[in-house]
Amino acid sequence: MVEQVRKLLDRKLKNVQELEQFRQTILKDKDASRMTVSVCGGTGCRASGAEDVVDAFSEEIEKQELQVKIEFKETGCHGFCERGPVVVIGPKKIFYQHVKPEDVPEIISETILNGRVIPRLLYNDPATGKEITYESDVPFYARQTRLILGSNGEIDPEEISQYIAAGGYSALTKALTKMNPDKIINEITKSGLRGRGGGGFPTGRKWQSCRTAEGDIKYVICNADEGDPGAYPDRSILEGNPHSVIEGMIIGAYAIGAHQGFIYVRNEYPLAVERTRIAIDQAVDYGLLGENILGSGFDFRITINKGGGAFVCGESSALIASLEGKVGEPKAKYTHMSEKGLWDKPSLLNNVKTWANVPLIINKGADWYSKIGTAGSKGTMIFSLVGKINNSGLVEVPMGITLREMIYDIGGGIPGGKKFKAVQTGGPSGGCIPEQLLDTPVDFDELTKLGSMMGSGGMIIMDEDTCMVDVARYFIDFLKGESCGKCTPCREGLTTLSEILNRITHGEGKMEDLQTMEDIGEILNIGALCALGRTATNPVLSTLKYFKDEYIAHIKDKKCPAGVCRELIEYEINTDKCTGCGVCARACSTSAITGEKREPHVINKGLCIKCGACFDVCKFDAVVKH
Amino acid sequence: MTKYWINGDTAIEMNDAEDVNTVHFTVDDKDVLVSAGQTIYESLRHMDGIGNIPALCYNPAVRPYGACRLCTVEVSEDQGKSFKFVASCLYPAMNGQIIKTNTEKIRKLRKGIIEFLLARCPDVKVVQDLAKEYGVEKPRFALGENECILCGLCVRICQENMGKSAISLVNRGIYKEVAAPFYAYELGSECIGCGDCAYVCPTGAITMGPDGKPILPRVKIPHAEAEAMMSQEKLSS
Repeated sequence: MVEQVRKLLDRKLKNVQELEQFRQTILKDKDASRMTVSVCGGTGCRASGAEDVVDAFSEEIEKQELQVKIEFKETGCHGFCERGPVVVIGPKKIFYQHVKPEDVPEIISETILNGRVIPRLLYNDPATGKEITYESDVPFYARQTRLILGSNGEIDPEEISQYIAAGGYSALTKALTKMNPDKIINEITKSGLRGRGGGGFPTGRKWQSCRTAEGDIKYVICNADEGDPGAYPDRSILEGNPHSVIEGMIIGAYAIGAHQGFIYVRNEYPLAVERTRIAIDQAVDYGLLGENILGSGFDFRITINKGGGAFVCGESSALIASLEGKVGEPKAKYTHMSEKGLWDKPSLLNNVKTWANVPLIINKGADWYSKIGTAGSKGTMIFSLVGKINNSGLVEVPMGITLREMIYDIGGGIPGGKKFKAVQTGGPSGGCIPEQLLDTPVDFDELTKLGSMMGSGGMIIMDEDTCMVDVARYFIDFLKGESCGKCTPCREGLTTLSEILNRITHGEGKMEDLQTMEDIGEILNIGALCALGRTATNPVLSTLKYFKDEYIAHIKDKKCPAGVCRELIEYEINTDKCTGCGVCARACSTSAITGEKREPHVINKGLCIKCGACFDVCKFDAVVKH
Repeated sequence: MTKYWINGDTAIEMNDAEDVNTVHFTVDDKDVLVSAGQTIYESLRHMDGIGNIPALCYNPAVRPYGACRLCTVEVSEDQGKSFKFVASCLYPAMNGQIIKTNTEKIRKLRKGIIEFLLARCPDVKVVQDLAKEYGVEKPRFALGENECILCGLCVRICQENMGKSAISLVNRGIYKEVAAPFYAYELGSECIGCGDCAYVCPTGAITMGPDGKPILPRVKIPHAEAEAMMSQEKLSS
């Protein structure tokens, strides 16, 4: 009896054949006639109330005893965060958006039990005005190549069997049985994969030098300290498909001969931390992590390390310092991390997206992978499209797609009929790219040429209402606060830049400031200790290059053309248009607006703090900004 | 026979000895031969007149840190085809390097750094002297009133040589400063009063107090920064 219980509890897969058998058993048990309902449970959809939708589904399914008929799961991020909470009903993948808990009984009775589509919940294509039923027809998805994010919507990240059913850990099997470490590294090198954390260093070369580095103890590290404002691909992978990262790390560890791995993840990503923890526990249960993985004799463990909230710890040497328990400050990287990294041992550090690419390359081969992308950058890249864009969310596209395709075809253009102004790529230290360069193909080298960078995949779209000086000021203020303060150029340079930009946005700029800022840019570029400092001036230098006239307008004419900088704008009420409804007066927090009912109102400029509340609430466009 | 410079005025001629543990490279067009295992800055430190590298955060007693960036030089490792900027206090000296210590770009970089430092600490003599040497007159930015340049020498000597770690660098960015554990400014029992920190301080920001313990410099937040903080508080309240 005890022996039987022990056997039942022991789910360890002892060899590759047992993993294959397990996979076949799951697939055989799968009832093809069952409908699947997957609710997006990524942080984006949760913010719009996905948890309530999940609860409503669970309750309703239990109430109507539909457990046999419906396979219900809460999955990772589907990518289309703008339309959350998202529900996809299989097998045909009917796509419902903005689903509320109230809609759930109707979805079950109409769509699932009777096969009728509910038009109210469908996506309405703004371009054609037509309703779209199936996920694959939605333009946002149709133009993407979702190699990595694809399974996010298919599998429950908290259930390893679903990952295995979807072909998970077959790359590991292949690596352990049919390949040796040299062959694995050769395959990665041939695929042309480059580091997805922003640097774009050839991954194969990094692996090779870590393999040949001397030392018995080596480490594998996953950088999930994604701190860029507005960028969240790494979070979504860890939330939606943590096993793909774990599988990549095991293969990497096997290739270089490491037995310990670390995932350094932001503490501000509680869901990603939780799901990664569950995934690691399950992988250990199934013998995919730990001692003698799948009977190969290879041992490997992964530990999660939560970051302390410093942006600079996304920089590899600062991350290592933080892992060691020291202050998270970068060090000079004149000796490569692959030779002397964590605790001075050879360490292989890659970004979440890089690791997630590994199983794909091993499974499908380097030849297949290197066909995707451009000459210098292979594969796909995940961007988070945010800002003034219709379809904000995560998109995965092949390298080499143009910015215009991304913004207009996938992103659906700028909301409210506004004009596009600039796109900022690569996080806070990326540059702003103007309209005339929108046809540039997106890859590592092209973005660098434009004075921006790939970074971690942030893409912030700005429209005509955005002041570029204010944007530069915002990012420099962010970086100033995140500079570790170790090296002089970064610490003093960013503070000085912030001081100058704040002065300009207050209308106190001088023409000499433009030259001073360019000088500071040059000093940081060559003098700063780490990549954060060396790229930090990109937002200033790129806006100075492409939007110099805005700086001049702020300095010479004391005007903010976009009407953003408070000190340089004034609100006034157009007496011809004002109906005297009094809405603006009620919205004004400083009581600066006065007037008789049904008579034109006036703004007392002495009291006005230029918050713009009156401008926003006026239905008659009577409040003007100039 | 190769002519090796041993300082700015003297050179000796000798045969290349392959098996001797030395490193041979050129500095500003002069061949030099130094013992292996040193950084560029270390190897040139005693060679008067060879190379011209200022540094504020270097001290032979502790491990190099690379914070002030004044010692940045241009190095080529492909016979002069391409040059890169490195901090010479950290970069290892290697055979065949071509090093330039005083190019126009480097002078511009150093001038910039000195301008930053002079704005941060306008009354510190070492910074004033450097400013005079590099022709920096008046910084274009708002002046601060600090004495500490955050070179970290005091912290490193306390940790590496005394093994006490009685002080460390806390906070980040412009708010970074030297403090005792738990962000205290008064030193407690962990300080043994050896005075090393005051001794290595390049700017004299640390002095020894009457109780035999050092008095730590306090960071002075620049006026503009303080104003911005105030206005942010005003907006949020």
